[in-house]
Formats: sequence, C-alpha cells, structure tokens
Amino acid sequence: MLNFIDTVGEAVAGIQDGSTVMIGGFGNAGQPFELIDALLDGGATDLTVVNNNAGQGDQGLALLIKEGRVRKMICSFPRQSDSWHFDAKYHAGEIELELVPQGNLAERIRAAGAGIGGFFTPTGYGTMLAEGKETRIIDGRGQVFETPIHADVALIKALKADGKGNLVYRKTARNFGPIMAAAAKHTIAQVSEIVPIGGLDPENIVTPGIYVNSIVKVA
Amino acid sequence: MSLQSTSLQTRDMPLGRDDLARLVARDIAPGSFVNLGIGQPTLVSNYLTEEQNITLHTENGMLGMGPEAKGDEIDEDLINAGKIPVTELPGASYFHHADSFAIMRGGHLDICVLGAFQVSATGDLANWHTGAPGAIPAVGGAMDLASGAKDVFVMMTLLTRDGASKLVEHCTYPLTGVGCVTRVYTDKAVFLTGPDGVIVRETFGCTLEELQELVPLPLQSAAAVGV
Repeated sequence: MLNFIDTVGEAVAGIQDGSTVMIGGFGNAGQPFELIDALLDGGATDLTVVNNNAGQGDQGLALLIKEGRVRKMICSFPRQSDSWHFDAKYHAGEIELELVPQGNLAERIRAAGAGIGGFFTPTGYGTMLAEGKETRIIDGRGQVFETPIHADVALIKALKADGKGNLVYRKTARNFGPIMAAAAKHTIAQVSEIVPIGGLDPENIVTPGIYVNSIVKVA
Repeated sequence: MSLQSTSLQTRDMPLGRDDLARLVARDIAPGSFVNLGIGQPTLVSNYLTEEQNITLHTENGMLGMGPEAKGDEIDEDLINAGKIPVTELPGASYFHHADSFAIMRGGHLDICVLGAFQVSATGDLANWHTGAPGAIPAVGGAMDLASGAKDVFVMMTLLTRDGASKLVEHCTYPLTGVGCVTRVYTDKAVFLTGPDGVIVRETFGCTLEELQELVPLPLQSAAAVGV
C-alpha cells in the first residue's frame, strides 16, 4: 500500500525501537537528511543502522549516533576526518560495528531485496573480514559466503516520484536508494517533486513503485 | 639471476608524485575502463590524454567521470568515491551501488590504481588497516577493487619514513587482497609482481644493485628475464 504523507515526522512515526533501518546516501549525495532528522526527533532507539558510513560532522546520522540511539552500525567506511561522534561511541564501547566491504554491503542488500539466501564472492577472501565465514574455491578462485541484509525500514532520497510511487534519482545520488528500497519491509522515500501518474517515462523508471511504501515531498 | 642493471635505468632521479602519475597514465592502454583510488592514484587523471579515450569509473555509481568540479560546476549530487565534487563527460552513465560493484567484481574494469601500505612478492596487497590497537577499521571499496579489476596497479613510495621497504616477502599489515597486484609503481622503480616473483621493469635514480640493497626479496631484471 502506497501512502503520500505530508510531513517527514508522520512518515517515520511507525519506526519501532530495536528496528533495523537502512539509510541511503553516499556522502551528502542521496542522503535523506530530513527523514533522518525526523527519526532523531521521533525518539526511536536501540536501532541497527545500515549505511555506507557512520555519520559525518554534526548532522544526520552522526547526531543519531551521538544521542545513543544506534546500537549497531553495519557499514563499510566508519572512519572519516569528521566522524567524531562514531569514533567516541566506538572507543567507549557503546556501539557495535559490523564492517563490510562496500561491494559486499551493496550485494548483501541487493540479495535481501531479490530473495537470495546468500552468495559466494572473491571480495575479502584471505583477509580478516572473511574470518569465521564459509569459503569455497569456485572457478579456481577463493570465495567467501555472504548473507543478505534485511531491514525493517529504508529511508531513501530520490528526485521525483509519480503517483504510483515510481522513482527517479539524480546523478550519483542514486547510490544505495534502489537496492535499499527493495531490501526493506517498509520503504520511505523523500523526494523533491511528485508528478501525476504518467508523469515519468516508464522506460526511465529506476525504482518501480512496488518497492515504495511512503512518499513525502521535501522542499 | 642477473643484476645487470644499467640498461634498465630510465631516469637518473627518483620520481616525484606527478612524474609517477604521468608514467602510470602513459602505461594505460587506449580504450581502457579504469578506476583510480583515493589519494595519489587520483593524480593519474591529470595525465590521461584525449587520444587514450579512457573511461573512468567511480564506485559510488558512475562511468564517464570528468575532472574535479570548480566554482559553478559544483553539484552535491555529483561526487566521486572520495566525496569530491566532479563533472560528467558526454557519454557518462549512472547506476546504483550494487551494479557499480558488479562492474568491478564482474571483471569488467581493465585497471584499478590503488595506494598501499605494503605489497608482497606474490602480489598480496595491504592498504586498508594498520591493525594498530584502537584504530577504527574502515575498508570502503578497497577489497572489492583489489579482487575485481583485471589488473591492479599500486602507486606508493618504495620506503616508509623509517626507510623500510613497502615491497616485502610477506605483508605484516592486514591483507586487502591475495595475489591481486600486477604492477607496483614507486619513486625508485617499477616492479612487476606475480607468481614467478618480482621483476624490475625500470629504475629511477638507482641501479638494480642499489635497489636490491633496499628491498628484502630477490629482484629479477626485466632485461634478464625478457619481459
């Protein structure tokens, strides 16, 4: 069921304590800042968050971490010059980190949305990130078994939605949006513009509306 | 093993970062699809020529990446893997993250150029984590790049600040990938790595004998092995 929602606060109101939340974006591109701020205001806690990074500066995901609302981060690159809130929580032992190579992170998210129970990949074979994982030699190469990452909710940002919830993105802001939309039970998309049904060329739809549950327009 | 090196030496000075980037750029075959890692490898893009017709991939989801954006060109929706604003060239394409890493993992990229802490004699790469106590590990796309591209070139200084060789028998830092590096470009020499050991293609400002004094593993001369 697709809902068009007036405010970001209402859009995230159903997110429960203890949820796994995927948050789109790579750097600032595609990051749904308004939805994250609404999640911060909404008070849900004990969250597992899936994002490429672990927050930057004093905004968005970094503030959610600072406020102690994130129990666990699943990401590929937590350490940045301005990831001081994550750094502090990590060193204090107050946040769990599951570090995943970026391509495995993307493919594990994709696998969840596609109903795949896992896959073997050469990425990480022979490294400490493969320790304890099942391995096989396939086509002469060492490969590591990786499992899907499912989520209760995905917060993503797109450029436009039509009346069917179909989405198009803009440039490199697409990044994790399409795969997170498919991997979560409930996908909330913030968009810059909502157009009527028929307002997007079906040949150019990136995320079909079947993956989208809630749409909120953010100016 | 022969250590007749005079024929190998191509420059009488060690190479600076830009000279090294120019050399890597020159060695990339025309028409290649290439991913340049963050940091020193990014300099290579400054020396790629139009005639080479190279297509740059950035793992956040683009082929056909242009130079860094300046002034009015800056668009926060158009960044590279280092989160630097960039431009798009005619013929560029955008795709989501899983497709972007499928391009990499699927062996569609011809070359990726990466920095390194250490490279082993058989091409093992260590470039993501020092393993120091308290260091927060962050891997990004390094392991995917190392295992995905057809050729992995490394750019680094040959020696650490303490004078230790970064080209080693076995990596002591945590590995990024096993047996993945095919070439190592350093300020003092270009090395070819693989199952048959390390071959020196050319040296800069030193002889092969002098280079052998710095590197704790047997070096073979490209002239001697006929590479």
